Order: sequence, then structure tokens, then C-alpha cells
Amino acid sequence: MVESEKTEYWRWTESRWTNPDLDWRNGDIISAGVDVGSVSTQSVVMIDGQIYCYANMRTGSDSPDSANRSMKWALEGTELPLDKIEYTVGTGYGRVNVPFAQRAITEIACHARGANYMYGPTIRTVLDMGGQDCKAIRCDERGKVTAFLMNDKCAAGTGRGMEVFADLLQVHINDVGKMSLVDEEPEPVSSTCVVFAKSEAVALLRKGWSKEMVLAAYCGAMAHRVVTLLERLGVENDFAITGGIAKNIGVVSRIEKELKITAPEPSIDPQLAGAIGGALFGKALVEKSRK
Amino acid sequence: MTTIGIDLGAKNTKVVVIKDSKILATSSVLSGFDQSASAEEALKKALNKAGMTREEIKHITATGAGMDAISFASDKVTEISANARGISAIFPTVRTVIDVGAEEGRAIRLKEDGKVIDFGINEKCAAGAGAFTEAMARALEVDLEKMGEMSLKSSKAVPMNAQCTIFAESEVVSLIHQKTPKEDIIRAVHDAIADRITSMARRVGIEKDVALVGGVANNIGFIDSMKRNLGFEVLVPKDPVAPEFISAYGAALIAQDKVIGG
Amino acid sequence: MKANYGYKDGSGEYYITIDTELCNGCAKCVEACPEKVLEVSENELDPLVEDLVARVTEEHRKKIKYSCAPCKPVTGRIELLCVQICDPGALSHSW
Repeated sequence: MVESEKTEYWRWTESRWTNPDLDWRNGDIISAGVDVGSVSTQSVVMIDGQIYCYANMRTGSDSPDSANRSMKWALEGTELPLDKIEYTVGTGYGRVNVPFAQRAITEIACHARGANYMYGPTIRTVLDMGGQDCKAIRCDERGKVTAFLMNDKCAAGTGRGMEVFADLLQVHINDVGKMSLVDEEPEPVSSTCVVFAKSEAVALLRKGWSKEMVLAAYCGAMAHRVVTLLERLGVENDFAITGGIAKNIGVVSRIEKELKITAPEPSIDPQLAGAIGGALFGKALVEKSRK
Repeated sequence: MTTIGIDLGAKNTKVVVIKDSKILATSSVLSGFDQSASAEEALKKALNKAGMTREEIKHITATGAGMDAISFASDKVTEISANARGISAIFPTVRTVIDVGAEEGRAIRLKEDGKVIDFGINEKCAAGAGAFTEAMARALEVDLEKMGEMSLKSSKAVPMNAQCTIFAESEVVSLIHQKTPKEDIIRAVHDAIADRITSMARRVGIEKDVALVGGVANNIGFIDSMKRNLGFEVLVPKDPVAPEFISAYGAALIAQDKVIGG
Repeated sequence: MKANYGYKDGSGEYYITIDTELCNGCAKCVEACPEKVLEVSENELDPLVEDLVARVTEEHRKKIKYSCAPCKPVTGRIELLCVQICDPGALSHSW
């Protein structure tokens, strides 16, 4: 089968945006955060702690190249030259590979900061489900980390695990969440392991289960797994979900149901949390150096 | 007197027919979705090969993950007991058995008389068992049977960071894009799983002689990686009992013990 | 701040937890560990301060179940060296 003919069910939509209300020429501190994940890369530029522009795209095979391309796309049309950005923080899996960054900061610290910006100072618990990891973070009103747990060993509960299922069932990744919302909730898949869960799913399909039911069973299992991760830290209100899987209503709604908590609706793309946090740290570090 | 041991594994259902401790026939059938049907098929095949009928079999002992799926077994034993009994009959000097199947990995410590002292298990995670090498073979587009000989041709150790089968698939694809020779990648795959299996075995203590059984023990690349990890040679059963049949063989012997014991 | 290093997979839950409020960066746990699982460095979770704390090395985070296996036999388990040696009691294992 020719590469171009193969439908790529896992391919989610890439995006960029410029804030029409800000002009970089009027700003004092211009900072940036670049979150190079194993699946996606985000670049966010902030002016005095407000989002100015951003880009969200799939990470290529080369981290430095992904960082460069992502920042280039974020700056597209803004006429803001890269060297006018006073401080860039690299974060995520490829954080040491951002060629133009002044510092690398772990994604856990950045996600807490980012969630604090996106959802407000009442946020105390953040769940981030990324492409190849799953993080649970407790933070204070300033977005400072008070406890964390990071799971990047096992694909269960990560975007990659969900991609495997989207591919298996030949459902576009954007549709997985909605499709999984069935009237009668089935038993969740019993295996945590994505490889074994996949075999289970194949057996279910053979038994006559619909794609919707299989997705429901898998999203249910993923939600439960993630809830048990959170329980190790304890979930304190307010609770926010960031990362790519925050866009999957099938997993999000089941997590909320099990925890009996509602997570706030994201008004900003939840995948940007890490890069936003990075840009905010950049601003803080500039202010610190000026003292 | 003829007895049968049947091992209902996650991937393959194996039958061993013995008469007075000697192997008459073995058979292996893909377990598939209907384990009960596969078991019947494996049983028929083995009986045919042995030239015997069902009625002539004195006792059938079942083992393996799917042992509850069949009704024709006279009794059931754990894989631990079956492995211990089977390997002691072939290699009485073995004190540690490492069994690597499709979905589970086990390490068993044995006393001189073949009794089980302790055991450890790698379960519910594909990276700790044969499902890992199988998935990597698919990602590399290499026949599973060829993985062993190809890895022995490797000239360089390449690090493998992923500890999960799904992430390892992506890592393998990455390495292929970077033009890493397949032989080196395959060796890294075998080293990775051997590392995990050995670490698990360390929890029961590794005492020589060490035997490697289970389907993955057919993989000469994996055996090589295990030897390097352990720092010494390992015993791998061959004809007439290939490594994947040790459990079923042990079950057949236990069946025989039962009949003799009354 | 409670840092949990490790993972949960199909086979179980394996975390080494270090309380950075209690940890004084003495590095006795680093020396006590026979598998070199631990190290002491700047607290990566708070980029605005510079205190030194213990953590699990990047190399071991994803295979902690296997790295710690030698100290966790199936039977005959004794108290873990790293936990024993930590005076402030900052370090613990979940399994």
C-alpha cells in the first residue's frame, strides 16, 4: 500500500494563532516556552505574561528541528524576530534539544504553572495526559508543585495507547471520545497493558461488539487507570486536565464521573499547558535577574 | 500406561503424550479465540501421532493460563508445578528454571529433589514476555523465527530506552529511520527483554544450573542475551522435548505420578 | 514537595517517593544503593531555588521495578538500605 493512500487515523489537527489584541513592540518582557514532546511540539510566546502567539504541531524525527519549525510557525505573520525574545525555556521530553532556549525546565513544573495560568489560582490538582506519558500534579495557588507523579514507562493512559485503538478500530482520533459515549456503559477492558487490551478488543469485535462499545470499554479502562494514579496523590479541588487527551470527552467524562468532580472546560488548547508554563518561568527568571 | 499433559498457553495450546515417562507424541495448535476448540484439535493431533485413542489415556492433567477452558482434563496443576516436574525429569541438576511464554515470564527455584522453593513472575505487561519480541519482529518486518539468527550477526550494542512494547515499537521505527542495521536493533530487543527477565529472576535468587524454557527459549538470540546477562551458560531442552513443551511434559508426568500413586 | 519516581503498569505500582521538604541532600542514600538508582542534584521541580535534593536517575525511572529487584527478594525480605539510611525519613518505596 502506498504511504499516501493509507488513512492515518491518529493524525490530529495542527494549529497556530496570534493574539490580535497585543503588539510585541509595546511589550516589556517577551518570553517563550517550547514543549517538545515525543508526539507533539508546542511553542508559546508571551508578552508580559500574556499569550501573544503559539503553534501546536506533531513532533518530527528530529527534536531540534521540531523546536525550530514550531517556533517559526508560531512567529509566522507577527514580524517578531527570534532574537527579540528575551528568555526561552525548553520543556518536555526534548527540552535539552531546543537550540535557542536559555534553560531547560521539567514539564512537571511547567505544567503546574501553565494550568495555573489557564484555569486560575484555585487549581490544586492537574492531570496531564500527553502523547507518551501521564502526569498527576498537586500545586499551590501560585502554580508551584507540591507533589507529583509521572508515568512515562507504560503506554496505558497515554495518547499513544489511544492512537493504537483508533488505528485498530479505524476511527479518527478526533472522533474516539464522542463515539465512546454510549447509552449502556459496558465492562471496561480488563487489561491495563495496551498490547493485551488490543487482543481483548479484537475478541470483543469478533463476539459482535460495535466499535462504539469497544471504545467505551477502552476509554472506561483508561479513565479508571488514570483515577488510580491520581489517588496516590489525592485529588484536591479544583481539578484540571491538560494535554492532548483532555480533548477526548470519552476519557474526560469518565474520569469526572469516577472522581465525582467536574474539570473546568479549557478555553485555551489544553496541549499548550507546558509551553505556557515555560514562557511564564522565562518571565520570572528575567524579573529575578533584573533585581 | 499412557498419560497426557495439556498446556493451554495464551498463544499456543500444547499437548504431550507419554508412556512410562517416554514421549510418544507432541502437538501444538494456536490457542486463538476458542481455546476449548483448539484444545480438542491439539489433543486429536497428538493422539493421531501417537497412534492412540482417547479411551487408552489413563489420565489428562491440564496447566496454563486457559486450563479452566476445558472440561476433559482429569485435574489441573499450576505452570510452576508443571515446569518444575518437567525440567527435573530432563535436567536433574537444574536449580533455577526461567520460563518465558507469550504473555508471562516466570522464574522458579528448585531444591535437589525438584520441589519448588520459590517463584517470581512477570505478568500483565507485554514487555516482560514473548509478546515483546513478537511485536518488535512485526515492527521490523522480520519473521519471528529469523530474529534469533539475525541478532547473533550484530556487531554493536545499541541502547533501547523504551520499557513498554508500544513505545519500543516507535523506538524501533526511529532506529530504522536512522539507518541502524536491523541486526543491531534485534540484538538490542533481545538484550532488553533478557534484562527484564533476569531482574525478575534475581528476586528468587539465581542458582546454577539454570534452564530456559517456554516458547521464547527457541530464540537463539534471546538465549545469547540471557547468557551475557547471567554471565554463564544456560541449559535449553531440545528433542524430544522442545522448550515450549516442558510445561505440558511436566503435567503429563504429574498425571502419571497420580495414576501410579493411586 | 513529594516527588514520586516510577510507574504503574499492568503488573503493578512501583514508586520511590522523596519528600524534598525533608531531604537535606546528604546523599547517604546514593552511596547505600547497590544499583546506583539515586542521585543528588538541584531540585528540578522548583526552578527558582537552588537546593540540592535526592531523586531517581532518569535511567532508572522507567524500570524501577527491575532496578530495585535485587533488594526485594520474593521471600526473606529485609529493610531497604536506602530507606534505613535516610535520617530525615525522606525516602520511601511503594512496593
